[in-house]
Amino acid sequence: MTNLTHLSMSEALDGLKKKEFTAVELTEAYVKAVEAARPLNAFITETPEIALDQAKASDARYGAGTNGPMDGMPLGIKDLFCTKGVLTTAASHILDGFKPAYESSITANLFRDGAVMLGKLNLDEFAMGSANITSYYGPVLNPWTGKDPAAAERKLVPGGSSGGSAASVSGRFAIAATGTDTGGSIRQPASFTGIVGLKPTYGRCSRWGTIAFASSLDQAGPMTRTVRDAAIMLQSMAGFDPKDSTSVDMPVPDFQAALTGDIRGLRVGIPKEYRVEGMPAEIERVWQQGIEWLKAAGAVPVEISLPHTKYALATYYVVAPAECSSNLARYDGVRFGLRVEGKDLQEMYENTRGEGFGKEVRRRIMIGTYVLSAGYYDAYYLKAQKVRARIAEDFAKAYEQCDVILTPTAPSTAFAIGEKQDDPISMYLNDVFTVPASLAGLPGISVPAGLAADGLPLGLQILGRPFDEVTLLRVAGVMEQAAGAQPLPPFCR
Amino acid sequence: MSQDKATLDAKTVAKIAHLARIKVPEEEQAHLADELNKLLGWVEQLGEVDTNGVEPMTSVAAQTLRRRADQVTDGGYPDAVVLNATDAAEHFFSVPKVVE
Repeated sequence: MTNLTHLSMSEALDGLKKKEFTAVELTEAYVKAVEAARPLNAFITETPEIALDQAKASDARYGAGTNGPMDGMPLGIKDLFCTKGVLTTAASHILDGFKPAYESSITANLFRDGAVMLGKLNLDEFAMGSANITSYYGPVLNPWTGKDPAAAERKLVPGGSSGGSAASVSGRFAIAATGTDTGGSIRQPASFTGIVGLKPTYGRCSRWGTIAFASSLDQAGPMTRTVRDAAIMLQSMAGFDPKDSTSVDMPVPDFQAALTGDIRGLRVGIPKEYRVEGMPAEIERVWQQGIEWLKAAGAVPVEISLPHTKYALATYYVVAPAECSSNLARYDGVRFGLRVEGKDLQEMYENTRGEGFGKEVRRRIMIGTYVLSAGYYDAYYLKAQKVRARIAEDFAKAYEQCDVILTPTAPSTAFAIGEKQDDPISMYLNDVFTVPASLAGLPGISVPAGLAADGLPLGLQILGRPFDEVTLLRVAGVMEQAAGAQPLPPFCR
Repeated sequence: MSQDKATLDAKTVAKIAHLARIKVPEEEQAHLADELNKLLGWVEQLGEVDTNGVEPMTSVAAQTLRRRADQVTDGGYPDAVVLNATDAAEHFFSVPKVVE
């Protein structure tokens, strides 16, 4: 029999429909793969019993002909989504022992469509990070090690914050995974691990029951091995939810129908400001290759300008910490999670939060508190919101000249644990290409574009108009086809 | 840039930490002040952008918030509400004494 864990989601769905194997067999293969992958530290909580029960129920539905669109698909769930009765940590000490009494809308949608949960995946603490090194549960390792024999010894990061999600999909121990993206947390790890990662338009997927980081930016999306799988999974995740006031009430198109392969005449914007100083030649080469691929398929590259690009990161690092300082005010040791006693209520709050939050989270809460405080609000927060408007306006103008935008996903391939940790800003630069679209709320997808000279995967990012995931997926499908079959990471060989 | 941007010292850091209800031990305050100053210095570049007449962007969704009928649609499960409390008495959350 074929190696079940190497099938894509669309192939596995076909196999189940044709009764080539059962959902229980598929899930058992994944449960074994999850166990074998423990050295990568991708899961915070494994839920094999739940998975096998769900798989049995799935087989019953296949038998009765009532199977859903994702029936029997063993997924990893980023541990930022609340799962009823299952430990949910956001990779933070402060949520010790928290078992939600409710199910997030995203996981509820996936379970409605038959998905199986293998467990809860590691991430940067409260999704704040770009390397999955801020987790209370320790770093996640990338299944990729690169060409350099010494690199096999150097442990590489999978990117972040959805690092466990990226590692599990790339390492073939989850068929797909949920991710969340605030400033690049789906797309950058997808690039670092050679998978597909889609951040939908803000409002396309419900945020209800997903632990909040920065509410005006957070958006859930699929992390998969193929573009078709991303279309299948987004179909299940997306949709109006009255429980999220920013969820958009509009019809969800048929995403798989978008994959026609026909992009003739489509105008692809190439933003000149994304040629950043000091960008490795390899990134430039892969980007150029991407332009050639789309041109060969009949698309028309157009040079565009996004003049405020260079201010996006600084804008983000005011807006996101401001929102996080507000959102994370709820962790006070009273209603859930960790409590560290003190002589009075104030001291209990301070002790709990001082011990419960890691360094990066504390830093962001403090920055956020400062920029929102009396006397500094206008100079920092209001100013950043105005620059954000400028950045969004750049995109709106660019889309008068083009239909999609093509950029590199990240300014480098995966780096080693310990690198870029001297100062926070060098870590923040990881998201230089993903943050602008986040600020504008636009959909983006990272598609594997082959390996760089160091033997590590690199992704290209396609950005679309608001709610035009259909065009995004169509272009991504063409790119995937042109890039050809991608090699397996060394961990799976 | 504008006059109202101060360089943070350890004392200001202690004040922010208190506002954020995060205990920062005294020996960490100076180091944290350095880090925060670096970040704030870096975001000063936003001052270069002409934002005259620009409306601050509070949401990417070009929609007004929905309204719904003023009806109770949820609730009635106190057990679930206090399920994760460290210290729940009956259906209440317990905290250290606030009033003497």
